Amino acid sequence: MTILKVSDIGISFGGLKAIDGVGFSVEAGQIFSIIGPNGAGKTTLFNVISGIYEASQGRIELAGRDVTRLEPDALAARGLSRTFQNLQIFQRMTAVENVMVGRHLREKCNLFADLFRLPSVTHQNKETRAAALAFLDEVGLRDQADTPAGALSYGACKRLEIARALAAEPRVLLLDEPAAGCNSVETEEIDRLICRVAAKGIAVVLVEHDMKLVMKISNRILALERGRPLIEGSPGEVRANPAVLEAYLGKHGAREAARA
Amino acid sequence: MLAALRHRYGILLVLAVIIAALPLVFPSSYYFRVASLVWVSAFAAIGLNILMGKAGQVSLGHAGFFGIGAYAVAIGPTHLGVPPLAAMLLGCALSALLAFLVGRPILRLKGHYLAIATLGFGVLVALVITTESRWTGGPDGMSVMKLTLFGWRASGSDTWYWITGGLLLAGTWIALNLDETPTGRAFRALHDSEIAARVTGINVNRFKLQAFVIAAVYASLAGSALALMNGFVNPDQAGFLHSIEMVTMVVLGGLGSVVGSIVGAAVLIMLPQLLTVFQEYENLMLGAIIIVSMIFMRDGIVPVLSKFMTGWRA
Amino acid sequence: MPEFFQFLVSGLTIGAVYALVALGFTLVYNASDVVNFAQGEFVMLGGMVTVFAHAAGVPLPLAALVAVIVSVVLGLSLYWLAIAPARGASAVSLIIITIGASILLRGAAQIVFDKQFHKLPAFSGDTPVQMLGAAVQPQSFWVIGGTAVMVLLLYVFLERTLLGKAVLATSANRFAARLVGINTTTIMALAFGGSAAIGGVAGILITPITLTSYDVGTLLALKGFAAAMLGGMGNPLGAVAGGLLLGLLEAFGAGYISSTYKDAFAFIVILAVLFAAPQGLFGRRTIERV
Repeated sequence: MTILKVSDIGISFGGLKAIDGVGFSVEAGQIFSIIGPNGAGKTTLFNVISGIYEASQGRIELAGRDVTRLEPDALAARGLSRTFQNLQIFQRMTAVENVMVGRHLREKCNLFADLFRLPSVTHQNKETRAAALAFLDEVGLRDQADTPAGALSYGACKRLEIARALAAEPRVLLLDEPAAGCNSVETEEIDRLICRVAAKGIAVVLVEHDMKLVMKISNRILALERGRPLIEGSPGEVRANPAVLEAYLGKHGAREAARA
Repeated sequence: MLAALRHRYGILLVLAVIIAALPLVFPSSYYFRVASLVWVSAFAAIGLNILMGKAGQVSLGHAGFFGIGAYAVAIGPTHLGVPPLAAMLLGCALSALLAFLVGRPILRLKGHYLAIATLGFGVLVALVITTESRWTGGPDGMSVMKLTLFGWRASGSDTWYWITGGLLLAGTWIALNLDETPTGRAFRALHDSEIAARVTGINVNRFKLQAFVIAAVYASLAGSALALMNGFVNPDQAGFLHSIEMVTMVVLGGLGSVVGSIVGAAVLIMLPQLLTVFQEYENLMLGAIIIVSMIFMRDGIVPVLSKFMTGWRA
Repeated sequence: MPEFFQFLVSGLTIGAVYALVALGFTLVYNASDVVNFAQGEFVMLGGMVTVFAHAAGVPLPLAALVAVIVSVVLGLSLYWLAIAPARGASAVSLIIITIGASILLRGAAQIVFDKQFHKLPAFSGDTPVQMLGAAVQPQSFWVIGGTAVMVLLLYVFLERTLLGKAVLATSANRFAARLVGINTTTIMALAFGGSAAIGGVAGILITPITLTSYDVGTLLALKGFAAAMLGGMGNPLGAVAGGLLLGLLEAFGAGYISSTYKDAFAFIVILAVLFAAPQGLFGRRTIERV
């Protein structure tokens, strides 16, 4: 079943087309990767899909409904979660509080109940915290639950963002370079984590530079170059495509790679 | 005592003990008066801290709401025949409504633009109060009828000491309540990363507006309390410098720290009292103290002290 | 029509002062990201020092020079004693520091000088010039002309000198400027000194018309800030345009609508503009990078 359908998306900044005519669709439980050299528009595409930028053309459908013009919070309410390439952690909160914020949409939030901290609020708080701890466990951060997020390592922050996104129990999860700056052990953990997430039926859209990881776990891959789609296909198809090699390595590099 | 300050009820208990015990060492009614001033200012600062320290939104015009509260209890009974307590509530409602209406467009702004917009709002309120002298007495201010409840007249500095002390306890309790609730977390989240807050489903405009209205209601109540206590109001209470004084209390005490706001208010209210010996030099000293304390305690007194005491480093 | 012209001239005159204050704001803001609320105090100093030096028998031009030097020295001290030591503090903390500085300068002025209003003689007499049916104070020409000269000097400095380019580079990207060997600390000090000089000159020019006292700085700072915002914070030409616009709004508003709410127009307009165009009239729309 197709959960996320992006068609003919385009956006320009000051006359410059950052993305032009990009489209793809992702099914529940699928891992869909977007690759391309730096500046290909991968993160911009994520920003359009998650409602941070407004597309100048095209259409985005989430679970069959048009969500093209929705704000990020409305999109989140429809089941879209994401992480960021440059970390967007709530620095002054503890790790578990970060994930509790991720539960925001799953909580009842009533100003007056909160101001007087009625018993129902205290009760709900316990539930939220328990749920958040479970998500921290999922990403392996359970024992750092009460550490201030600002004091966590880079890799831990990356996983914390994933836990926060998962806490919303999304239908679609956008991951922007989850393995960037991680060592091979950490990358392997993230690899397993993504597969577990997909196995739950969540559609994962992944932007990642680590080709080994991408080729290993993706169901389908879309290669972008300068904001335009280059090719979409299975990992095997994309790997064999000379245009992809050229985009990454340049003409000379592509010849070298073909010879090897 | 330090450990007690980590828990909501610990803080409230310590504060209640301080409020109850201070009169034992007060030699004269002057001290009751200064302490009441501290309680009222701290109350307003705590509200502003919810907006600035928790939700991360600056307001350089919050004295406007303070002024609305103050003039509500002045104008209501004198010109409209509304009893003081009802006037206080009306002032509160007016502040909340105004905050709601003005906050919608203002809070879309960021950084210095938000600063100038809130500043402009505050200055406008002060200008209206100064200009509409038929109602407000103009630049000279006006006197306020005493608060009477069921025939009992609230007057005398010790009476107001207990009233304002009680008010401060209630305000502290509410502010501390917010911390571990969905609303409180939403405030702090949008402070740290608005973009991340939005993609986790937080309607940032709604929560900014809530924080703004809460802070306005706090300021309005504080204004009413001060006016009833003094029996007098003047436009300076709504003015730019008072807005700045409130912001300084919050930042000096420590952004986001409820205890900090109380400490910040205490410092900023008591200093001028101590400095009156210097009379002429009051402004000079006040300016110098603000600069020096902001340079050396830029995170605020309470956070700096607590870091120093516990040795905790982030 | 004469009435219209009268309002136009008085609007441009007061607007020129707002423009200079806004220009001072912009210069400091561009170099250091600090919104300097003490900017109005330099206008006060320019006027007060000239008044007292002149009263002590110093010839007016020399008194004016002394006033500018005093302003610059205090501007530099503000930077070295209060802003530089607070490097890395949050924007709000820095704003509070400059407000502390403004309170301090005001306190110092009330001790060194007094709490009275003071007037300077107009530079070229008080006989009004008749223009298009309006009586124009000769001092208005000094204010408007002086402002034009200041703006031109600043423009030449920024565009035609190496040091000026360094200021521009610093405002564009402080980190990159440091990488290419620009001493950004010097640039920031220069900006504070320069904006103090601009403020001082504004104070000298306007005092014959509006009078001065130790506490005129606050409202001037607020309106200068509003003018800078109106023009789009960080845009020098926008600041000048914003200042003139604000002056005209006030003059016409006071003339045609209500003089009791003269001071309110600036802030009503600022709120209206910010609601409609959150980046100011001439500010660039920036894209949030994530």
